[in-house]
Amino acid sequence: MITLSGVHKSFDGNAVLRGVDLRVESGTSMVIIGGSGTGKSVMLKCILGLVEPDAGTIELDGRDVHQGDRDAFLARFGMLFQGGALFDSLPVWQNVAFRLLRGPLKRPRDEARAIAVEKLRRVGLKPEVADKLPAELSGGMQKRVGLARAIAAEPEIIFFDEPTTGLDPIMAGVINDLIREIVTEMGATAMTITHDMSSVRAIADDVAMLHDGMIKWSGPVAKMDAAPDPFLQQFIHGRAEGPIEAVR
Amino acid sequence: MVGRVALFAASALSHVVRPPFYLREFGQALLHIGWLSLPVVGLTAVFTGGALALQIYSGGARFNAEAVVPQIVAIGMVRELGPVLVGLMIAARVTSSIAAEIATMKVTEQIDALVTLSTHPMKYLVAPRVLAGLLVVPLLVAVGDVIGIFGGYAVATGSLGFNPAAYLKNTVDFLETLDIVSSLAKGCAFGGIAALMGCYFGMHSGRGAQGVGRATKGSVEAAAVLILAANFLLTGAFFSL
Repeated sequence: MITLSGVHKSFDGNAVLRGVDLRVESGTSMVIIGGSGTGKSVMLKCILGLVEPDAGTIELDGRDVHQGDRDAFLARFGMLFQGGALFDSLPVWQNVAFRLLRGPLKRPRDEARAIAVEKLRRVGLKPEVADKLPAELSGGMQKRVGLARAIAAEPEIIFFDEPTTGLDPIMAGVINDLIREIVTEMGATAMTITHDMSSVRAIADDVAMLHDGMIKWSGPVAKMDAAPDPFLQQFIHGRAEGPIEAVR
Repeated sequence: MVGRVALFAASALSHVVRPPFYLREFGQALLHIGWLSLPVVGLTAVFTGGALALQIYSGGARFNAEAVVPQIVAIGMVRELGPVLVGLMIAARVTSSIAAEIATMKVTEQIDALVTLSTHPMKYLVAPRVLAGLLVVPLLVAVGDVIGIFGGYAVATGSLGFNPAAYLKNTVDFLETLDIVSSLAKGCAFGGIAALMGCYFGMHSGRGAQGVGRATKGSVEAAAVLILAANFLLTGAFFSL
């Protein structure tokens, strides 16, 4: 279980997170929604320790994430970054198998490659892609390679930062199904950031809306449409009029 | 700034000697900093050696000292011009490239991705490059020294009328072990500075294309100034004894 309590974070005096309180149960899929620039990615990075919060606590299974063995902590996570964040100098398969080629999870090279090709297939990419460099792929393909890398070592907890942005509707559906499958079959805990409401409905067990640096609403996806929160309703229906200002 | 760079350097050097070691990245850094820099180092050295011979010959002619061309070319190349020019060429070619690469990795979240994949960026990106700079730039300096002396030899024997055998004998007889040791020590220091500055500015890059540009420019400026300052200090240390 991931628990955030009163998490604050500012950059150069600009308060991005202003006291985030959130609980994500193990084995569930939590989707974070909210406008651009509201701190969703910063929140995920705070959990991973990539960004240090100014105040508040973040716990994983009751233990502060900033204490203890960092490698063991990170080994439990996989993350798909917004832009893929693939390593330009490595071929696709070595990106996917990065964790399997070094460190405590190191496997023989042939085995790591076979796993990488299998993960690529799982995200809808052919084996021929394995030996290409990331720069030779389209944006959507890079995203899928990033997804394959996130799941390659079968982590317990996976973060997806806008997994379907830049993908066509069919591939977005494939990725949504895959995320759902990972959570269901692997029992992984997933936290996904998205603006795509069809993804929210396909992926989420629970939804939390981040606005103005705080969680405005959170609850099961089944209760989202009936929730009276005006911020949530404006966002999920994509209305220009409402409490959320279009110019932020 | 000075304190941050010093802490960064200390951290980088500590990662150089602590496992895990990324041999593949180290090999690539050796290739990039060393082997691929050979053409630019060689061309710089040969032209500088040739020009130096012409200058010493024409300047020496004012007080009938044309005969000292082999000795002055040798000492000038080995003690000063070889290490400094190789250092500055490495700053231009390698520091800029390291800074741009790491800065781009930073703005595209590749460094964050490394961390999430349980890989320390200082170990994976910085330590191999710094170690390669420390080890391979002295070799480049040695190559530059030899090629520079050859440039002077070619000009002196080809157009200034020097006897080839006498030129080589004067060169070899005049150079001392300390000259060569100082040259290699400077190469080691300059290689470390060049790689460190590229890594430091890359890792501390700002956002976007402008951030990458600033990091690249800042790294080359800092490396060049530090190399020249270090050259002054090392020259003082070696030859003011």
